Amino acid sequence: MNEPAKTPDSADPHAARANPAQPCPGRPHRRNVLGWMSVGLGALATAAAGAPILGYLLSPILKTPKNEWAELGPVENFPEGETRLVDFIDPLHRPWDGDSQRLAAYVRRDAEGSFTVFSVNCTHLGCPVSWFPQSGLFLCPCHGGVYYEDGGRASGPPPRGLYTIESRVSEGKLAIRAGRLPTLQAPG
Amino acid sequence: MRSIFQSVFEWFDHRLGIRSSIWPIATHPVPKGLGWFYVFGSATLTLFMVQVITGICLAVVYVPSAADAYTSLEYLNNEQPLGWLLRAMHYWSASGMVVMIALHATRVFLMGAYKYPRELTWVLGVVLLLCTLGLAFTGQVLRWDQDAYWGLGVGVAMAGRAPLIGPTLVHILLGGPNIGGETLSRFFGLHVFVLPGLLIATLVPHLYLVVRQGISARPKPGQPVDPATYQAEYDAELKAGEPFFPHDVSRDAIFSALTVLVVFGLAVAFGPKGPGGPPDPTIIQAEPRPDWEFLPLFALLALTPPEMETAIMLVMPVVGIAILVLLPFVSGKGERSPRRRPIAVLIILVFFVSYGVLAYMGDKAPWSPQMDAWSGQPVPIAMVKQLSPQELQGAVVFQNKTCRNCHALDGTGGQRGPDLTLVANRLSNSELIRQVLQGGGNMPAYGKQLGPAEVEALVAFLETLHEADERPVRGVETSGAAFQTVDSVESSAAAPDVPSSKP
Repeated sequence: MNEPAKTPDSADPHAARANPAQPCPGRPHRRNVLGWMSVGLGALATAAAGAPILGYLLSPILKTPKNEWAELGPVENFPEGETRLVDFIDPLHRPWDGDSQRLAAYVRRDAEGSFTVFSVNCTHLGCPVSWFPQSGLFLCPCHGGVYYEDGGRASGPPPRGLYTIESRVSEGKLAIRAGRLPTLQAPG
Repeated sequence: MRSIFQSVFEWFDHRLGIRSSIWPIATHPVPKGLGWFYVFGSATLTLFMVQVITGICLAVVYVPSAADAYTSLEYLNNEQPLGWLLRAMHYWSASGMVVMIALHATRVFLMGAYKYPRELTWVLGVVLLLCTLGLAFTGQVLRWDQDAYWGLGVGVAMAGRAPLIGPTLVHILLGGPNIGGETLSRFFGLHVFVLPGLLIATLVPHLYLVVRQGISARPKPGQPVDPATYQAEYDAELKAGEPFFPHDVSRDAIFSALTVLVVFGLAVAFGPKGPGGPPDPTIIQAEPRPDWEFLPLFALLALTPPEMETAIMLVMPVVGIAILVLLPFVSGKGERSPRRRPIAVLIILVFFVSYGVLAYMGDKAPWSPQMDAWSGQPVPIAMVKQLSPQELQGAVVFQNKTCRNCHALDGTGGQRGPDLTLVANRLSNSELIRQVLQGGGNMPAYGKQLGPAEVEALVAFLETLHEADERPVRGVETSGAAFQTVDSVESSAAAPDVPSSKP
């Protein structure tokens, strides 16, 4: 606080000349300092209060979830050559998610026994596709996108095949790395 | 008595300065003969006030938690006294607000009231329009049902296409990696705090400018706006004008009252909207539809070629908003009367006709497969009478292979593909086989989904679908040659669930 007082008034002739109406030559300088201080302190206060607010609002992209694997049950539940709709609890769910913590995925076990897990979300705009075992097709109710049983795009507006979800079998149980809503640029 | 009121008023006036501040505003002169076209703005404001009050009422019962929102909406509908009516009024008033702000903007556009010196009033109005649409969308999310859940999925699927920032944007919008508790809370925060706050913060300067620049006079053909002379002309209009209060305001008051009565009538007659099915993502038999305001967008995304879609989702809104904002700066002078501005009239006509047609299409959604037609709508009996066993088998294939979900027969079934009631009149045997095996248009290729016997039976059935007195189209290829293709596509195929037609 001493700094303004130490500076001799004559050292800043511009201040006095710029405003000749000022009765006292020391005043404008002090006002200048007060003005700059109000701007500087204001910016500092805004940053101090604003940074946590921004961080709080953007936290969904800052935090990395730990456990993402959801168990879908023993592999015997999935007959070879069939595609089944399974429900599971979102491994990343919040305690107050209610019904929305329940998610679904299509599990396809091909004739050789290997698993492919598809997201239910259409790659066009995310509506839930339905599986028709009779015709071996997935149909989307929104804009009529169609996929083959291997998830490949068959017809309609989807820009690609169904999103696949990473899966693994450990101790005879199928698990998937789920809980993220797949979108075109972040399919996994 | 009068003197007590008088002295109470004087006491307040001495402190508030009502006579010197509010009274001149209320009685500010407006041009003569404004008429009934000038009432939509105040009606929008009235409905916004209805929204604020009914919204606060709903907020004291509604629980903005993903676990309880649906239950609390059902409670509001069925248990809470008059809860259904408040929800209905909030919904119908919201719809009315969108209608009124659209009419208001249309009136201002057609009468050239956005021109000098009211450019800023218009720009703030654009922000108000965006706030209103934002409130409509976020309000739909708070109706935490199946449509809300999957509608959110559609919304973020669009946002997720944004170059570079797409996935990050999705994360921030959802408040997490998936749709859930934080998503609803975020949209609740937007719907009840952020957007209404932004709306009010924009409304205040909008109204200030309405008073400061005055209400534009009715446009007269041949009287273009020239910034050099406009103020003098307008001052002359005001001199011959009349005070806004108490005369001119009565039209606004009458129309606003009627609007509220209509909203009330609709609310009583039709009740609240939803909630629909529960927001359980494992119930995938969902056919999400947006509220009417967004049906044209839903239709547009179904009807445009895929390569244009991302542009429509991401570029069209930006361009649309930019056009609205820049409008008064590009055409801020010149003729105001719609009689001298045919292009302006044409724009409005094209916009509303397109909007109406797209909304109608969005409501009917003929591009959506009818997901239960394969099991719920059998081939009409008249079409299977006197068919051979193979043709009958073909009808079974047609039903089992979910063809009916997209193809109608005699008016029943999906409308995504063409109605096949008379398909044999237009396609020959070989064309039918080719279409079934290879697909095309919006049809998937069934080459790998059908065995040779199934294709043979299916095409035999389809060939019976022609007018009684008209022979089916004859192709050049013989059916035998065509079926060699079938065999090569699926050499070892046996039809597992359809026994091949027996002699």
